[in-house]
Parts: sequence; C-alpha cells; structure tokens
Amino acid sequence: MEKTPKKKSRTVTRRAFLRGLGGGAAGAALAGRLRGHDAGAGQAEAPLPPAYARKTINFTVNGKDVSVEVEPRETLLEVLRERLKLTGAKKTCDRGECGGCTVLIDGQAMYSCLFPAVRASGRKIITVEGLADGETLHPVQKAFIEKDAYQCGYCMPGFIMSSVALLNQNPNPSAGQIRAGLSGNLCRCGNYVKIYEAVAAASQKIRKA
Amino acid sequence: MKKIAYIKTAKGGRPQGKETPAPAPTEFKLIGKPTPRVDGKLVVTGRAKYTHDVFFKDMLYAKILRSPYASAEIVSLDLSTAQGFPGVKAVLRLKEGRVKYEGEQVAAVAAISEKVAEDALKLIKVEYRTLPHVVTPDKAMAEGAPRVQDSANVEKINEYSRGNIDRGFAEAEVTFERTYKTAIEIHQPVETHASVAKWDEDELTVWDSTQAIFNVRDGLAEALGIPETKVRVIKMYMGGGFGSKLDVNEHTIVAANLAKKTGRPVKITLSRKENSLCVGNRPSSLITIKGGAKKDGKLTALSLKNYTCGGLDRGDECSEPLIDVYECPNVKVEEFTVFTNTGANRATRAPGHVQGTFALEGFMEELAAELNLDPLEFRRKNYTTSNQGGTGIVYSSKGLDKCYDIGAQEIGWTRRNKKPGDGQGKKRRGLGMASQIWWGGGVPGTLADIKIHRDGSVEAISGTQDLGCGTRTFMAIVAAETLGLEPQDITIKIGDTVYPWAPISGGSLTAPSVGPAVRDAALKAADHLRDMATKKLSVPAADIVLADKKLFDKNKPENSITFKDLVKELRREALFHGERGPMPAGFAYNTFGAHFAEVEVDTETGRISVLKHVAVHEIGRVLNRLTAESQVIGGVTQGISTALFEERVIDENTGKMVNPNLQTYKIATSMDMPEIIPMFADLVDPRINNLGNKGLGEPPRIPSSAAVPTPSITPSASI
Repeated sequence: MEKTPKKKSRTVTRRAFLRGLGGGAAGAALAGRLRGHDAGAGQAEAPLPPAYARKTINFTVNGKDVSVEVEPRETLLEVLRERLKLTGAKKTCDRGECGGCTVLIDGQAMYSCLFPAVRASGRKIITVEGLADGETLHPVQKAFIEKDAYQCGYCMPGFIMSSVALLNQNPNPSAGQIRAGLSGNLCRCGNYVKIYEAVAAASQKIRKA
Repeated sequence: MKKIAYIKTAKGGRPQGKETPAPAPTEFKLIGKPTPRVDGKLVVTGRAKYTHDVFFKDMLYAKILRSPYASAEIVSLDLSTAQGFPGVKAVLRLKEGRVKYEGEQVAAVAAISEKVAEDALKLIKVEYRTLPHVVTPDKAMAEGAPRVQDSANVEKINEYSRGNIDRGFAEAEVTFERTYKTAIEIHQPVETHASVAKWDEDELTVWDSTQAIFNVRDGLAEALGIPETKVRVIKMYMGGGFGSKLDVNEHTIVAANLAKKTGRPVKITLSRKENSLCVGNRPSSLITIKGGAKKDGKLTALSLKNYTCGGLDRGDECSEPLIDVYECPNVKVEEFTVFTNTGANRATRAPGHVQGTFALEGFMEELAAELNLDPLEFRRKNYTTSNQGGTGIVYSSKGLDKCYDIGAQEIGWTRRNKKPGDGQGKKRRGLGMASQIWWGGGVPGTLADIKIHRDGSVEAISGTQDLGCGTRTFMAIVAAETLGLEPQDITIKIGDTVYPWAPISGGSLTAPSVGPAVRDAALKAADHLRDMATKKLSVPAADIVLADKKLFDKNKPENSITFKDLVKELRREALFHGERGPMPAGFAYNTFGAHFAEVEVDTETGRISVLKHVAVHEIGRVLNRLTAESQVIGGVTQGISTALFEERVIDENTGKMVNPNLQTYKIATSMDMPEIIPMFADLVDPRINNLGNKGLGEPPRIPSSAAVPTPSITPSASI
C-alpha cells in the first residue's frame, strides 16, 4: 500500500517538534516531572508548583479570539479539545497517521496533533464546529449526509476539513484528485467510495452557487 | 465477551417459539427506501459526543503502566514515588506474579491531566525477571517450546463429522488438498477504547466506548461486587468496534476503582499502541482442506484441519462455512488452538467465518480448476436449501442463488477465459468470487418502547447501540412507517442501560432484534390510536389508515384527523411496550451473499490491485437502503484491506509488536479503493420476524477478503 505523504511539507513531524524544544522528548518529560502541570480541565490545584515555561498565546478559532496559557509540549489538538472543549477534531493516532485531527490553519488542512500549540499564535483556526453558518450547513457537510459518506462518524470531522481545504484550492477536482486529496485521512469503517461521491457532489453544488 | 458466548449470541435465540409472526406487508413507504441518517447533522458538525469527548469539571485522567515483556515475573513494584508526584491523586497495583504478554496491565495512576498521569507512570519502579516467551504459532507448536499457560500450547477446540469421510474419498473421482494461511488482524477502531467513570454515593455511571452497554454494566457489577441496579452505562456515539468492544474492559474497571478511591470522575483513553496490543485481534488460521468430487462436480467428501492462534485465548473455530454452505454428505473437521505470549483475541467482525471462507472459497476455485469446471457452476452444482450441507433443517429463506445471478451479471462473469492461464502480458486480470453464510436472525426478547406525548412528539426507546450502522435511523423509519409519520418526527433514545433491554451490537443482531421490537411497539400504538379515532371519524378501526401524519377512513380519505390533534385527546403520555417475538422452530435462519472481484496482478512484482468489487447480499428485507449500502461498502473495503495489506507483526526475539500504530499497521486508504457495487437480493423472510429482515453487520466482511485473492491463486480465473 502506498500512502501519499500529504501535508508533510506543510507541518512538522513530532520528532522535529520535540527536537525543536531543545531537550527532546526526555527533556520535556523531565521538566514536567520536576515542575508540575496545569490542571487541564480548568480547576485550580493549590499544591502544584508553577507550570514549566508556560506561554500565553492568542489566536482565532472559528472567528472568535481566544487566549490560552499553554505548555510547549502541548499540541494544538490538545488545546482545542481539552482547554477549549472543541471536541470535533479527534485524537485517533496522535502521531500524524490518520487525519482524524485535521483542522484548517490559515486555510490549510493540517494535522493538529502534530502542530505545537505555541505555533498557533496569531493564526486563524477553523474546526469542524465552525464550518456551518449558524444552522445552515456547509455544502460539504450537506453532501456527506446526503450520500451517507460515513458510518461511525469519528473520522468525519477530519475528512470534512480535508475536503473543504481541497475544494477551496481546487473547486473542480477530478476523481483522482479527490482520492489523492483525501489520502491523508483514514476511515476504518471503510466508506471511502461514498466519501468520493460526497466530495464530487459538494464540488458541483459549490460551483453552481 | 467469551468467544463461545459471542457465537451463541450471534446464532440468535433458539428458534423454538410456536407463534408465527404476522405476515409483513409487501409495500412500505419508508422501509426499504434510502433515508439519510436522522442524526447526520450532529455528526457532520462535530457535535456528536463520543466517549473521548466526555469531560467533567473535577475529572481525573488515568493511565496504565503495562508490561514491556511478553513473559516475565514481577519481582518488585514500587508505587511510592509516583504516588507523591504533584497532581497524582491515586495509584493502583494491578498485577502480581507473572505477566504473559506485552501490554498486560501492571499498575495505574489517576492524575489531574493526561500528561501528569503519563509522567507519573515513568516514576513507577518495576523490577522484572524475564522468562522465555513464544509469540508465533510455529514456535509455540515446536518441541520444547516454553509453555504459555499451565496446559499444553496446543489444544483441540472443535471436532465435527457427518457421513463417512473415508467412503466419501473412496467415491471421489478427483481429490485435491491445499493449505491456506491467514494473518492476525487488529481491529483498529478509529476511536480507541475509552471510559469515564463517575460515582454518585453508591451508584456508578460509566460512559463507555462500547458495542454492548448491558455487558459492560453486568461485567462492572460483577467485578466491583455491587448489584447491577447500582451501575448505569451510557454510550452516545462510538468510533468503531468491529468486535473489540463487546464486553467490560479491564481499563474500565480500573477507572471505576480509581474514581471510587478519589471521589472524582475518572477518564481513561487508550493510546493507539495500547489499542494494538491489549484489546483483541482476529486469530490467525492455518487451514488444510481436502476435498473429493465426482468428475461432474458433485462433492463427495470435505475434510478440514485448522491450527488457529488467538494469543493467550483460544482462537476461532473456522469450519462453519465448510460444514454448511455446500451440499456434501461426508465431512470431517478438526480444529486446534495454539497459545502464544501475545494479547488475547476478541471477536472480530465475523470471527471464524472470515478465515474459514477464505480457505473454503479459495479451495472451491482451485478444485473447480482441477475439475475443469467453471467455479460458479461448480458452486451451483453443490447448492443446498438446508443447513449442514443438505443434511440438516431447511433454511427459512435463502437467496444465495439470486445473489449468484445478480453478481455474475454485474461483474460480467461470462468474460472469463474458458482456458486457464490464457491471459497475456505483464499485468493480467482475473475474476474471483466467494459465497457467504452467517447467522443474523436476531434475538427474541429484545425490547423497545414507543412513547407518544400529548403535544404530538414521539419517542422510540431501546437500550441498543448505534455503532454507525444506522440504528437510530432504522428505528425512526420503522416507527414513522407504522405511525404514518416522518423519520424526523421520531426522537430516538438509545445507548443507556436505563432503557429496555437489547442485545449486543455485534453478530449482525441489532437490526433483526431492535427493528421488530420497535415495529411491535408501534403496531400497538397504532392500534390504540385507531381505537381513539373510531369515535372521531365514526368508522370501524379496521378501516382507519395512518399515513401522512393523519388518521383517515381508507374508503373516504377526506374523513380524517391529524395525528397531532388526535393525540391531544390522550389523558397523559402513552407508553407502548414492544418485544421481538420468537422464531418458529424447524427452520434455519441465516444470511447469504456472494462477492465477485475483478483483480489485476502484476506478474513481475506480484502487486495485486482490485479494479471492481460486486457485493450482493440476501438479508431478507432491507430496512434502509442508504445505510445498508454503506455497510456493504465498508465490509468490502475491510476485506480488501485484510487481503492485501494487514498483518500484525511480532518480533520473535523480543516478543514485541513491531507495528502497533497506523503508519506501519497498514489499513486501506482512499488510494486503494476499487469501484464497489453494493447490491441486494431483495427477499422477505416469511417467518423470521414481523419485518422479514435479517442482519448485515458481518455478511459483507465475510466473502470480501476471499473473493480478492482467488484470481491470483488460480490461473483458471484469468480474463
């Protein structure tokens, strides 16, 4: 089986990320061990020492400005899910293999599990929760329902965000371009052929609109 | 869930009831048509809540320390440093003595964040004394291999015979023998196993990523020594299970214990690596089939010997397809399991049938070539309408012949070369096929309620699960059809043990269990509404039709009352209990199908590409064509994935899994998909239940991995 190394050029690998921190994985873990941690779920834990090298970052999620204090080792996915409770993007493999965590960062589809949260500073993030206009669904979302493009639905937020990015870049993709454009996302229920149909249908709708 | 219990459940309740369900109407407005999912909007907006998405304010996060060795003795375990680590709220020792596989749980921590919990695991000091291990069936069967369990590494798990196998082979004009091997496959659901446990006084609520809320409830009650009445299990949305989420998990019990200890909710989510090691796999098989036939293609004898490996637990019995599908008077089966120091297997979408069908159908192709017969004709020649290969009871309905007709037509079976190996060039194409049998009759006693409120809103309620197969939607379709409403008018309540009992969602049981129970409740509700409308419309109840959100006189449709106006007359909300009735005895209830694949083989590199896959199924009445097609497409995709890519790889020297992730454990991607054509041989089973439907969970997975390689193992299939 061949996998297109999609998105690789646009994001960093986990290894590079950890290397970038200076101490690598062991360093990050050790630092955490010595200094303690944030509660994550938002409540104060009095006996804890101050967290290691926290940094406040400001960015936009689904049109809203947010300000979050993060640890260097936290990924954007973890911040979205655990701090901001935007649970649409999923932690499925947590190492850039499956696309379940795909979000749009400044319009580009990215694996948020490989994206250091600190790098989100100043960026515009769109998650699956921010795609619809109020109760009016995005044409891709509509098409995914109409064509029954999913089963368990867990990988769908990632597929939908990849599809939106694909159609933004290429409003009229060929069948082969749709396949390649979605090759960074895995669906274990195995609904790929219905996903192609949905993306093709959405593409038609978008072009007519 | 123990494999035997699973198979017993999958076979459905014993069909011993006397009552024949009411004949199903042949024409429905909604049932059988394509209906988009009633909960689609929740899923595509990311608002559907999976267990991973459950958060509570005071919630703690648990992580489990697991054995890095396939076989070792725990000499000492020191939890004190971890316990004192800031943010850690509780620690648990989970194991003493010997660990028997890589990934076995040793200790656990609960901490204020997942990262703190991960860090704390590194502070647990364990001293192991490693012991000899054996991780592959070949080595485990060898003389002098280290013992995995207290008993021998090889154990007989199944035997069967009918007729006289020696006589059968003596009568044969052609005999053929071949061995088929399948690898260990990991379920790899996209949502890893996860649970959230929360106590309120002495009552425990658990949110679980499960296919079986009642199994989890009962398992937790047993493990914790508390009554089932004190445990509530909730499953809202679930990201795939494929058999790996049919019972209470060890980590769920850990979460419940840590929650008890700390007085706070505890969440545990397994990593992809843990998911690869600790929560099941499909056992391997090594199946030798020997068959004998007359020159005209009539089978006289079939024997099967299997060595299956399911790690620490018994592997799969794989002989059922061979025993049942083809007419053959003389059959002998012997199956053995081989134990290894690897994680225990669990039911995996059609356990045993996938491996057994791979072997049987490959064998049928090869024997057909030996006999110089068209493999489809060879299968038709040995067709039977009763089980046990024509020696048992008659099938209540069997549309396999129809599946053959439809599928052969669609794939263009007549394009096959009559002469084997006639293809030319580097890349050659072939056509392959496989037949399918599974149970899927459903479970008598399944419960569902219909509740009608005075404002006209309606609920359909059952303690079932929607794994993504569309349970919510078919429940809405059945209720709406029966009450003359639209699917969107029905509020679906499922996935909670406070609701009426329903079986596991596994074994193709949900639709033929829950569908008829909802139908039964809705029929009772419709009768009640007709009685109420009799007075309003001044016509006999028998003449009143429920359709288009109204009740009207079938002879004079303008004499009507709207559903909404009528139910205002209810004194209070009205509850109607439905139950899935028994199946008449004396019949076998099975599902059938046939897959046809067009495959291209690069004769220089060996690379196999599937070009087109036609999947035809007979599942009685189809409830929702749209979701049923998805189910079939998914089964085909998984079959192609297994046939061409998937294999758990374990290093013999270290005893460790080499590919416990989605990068090196290869599953099919969007680049690997052929054209897939899902089709149905539309029949209505005349007596199975009040809808005439059977299940579809397993069927499309069974012949899909068998149909793919057949053209590449036999040159007779070339086109």
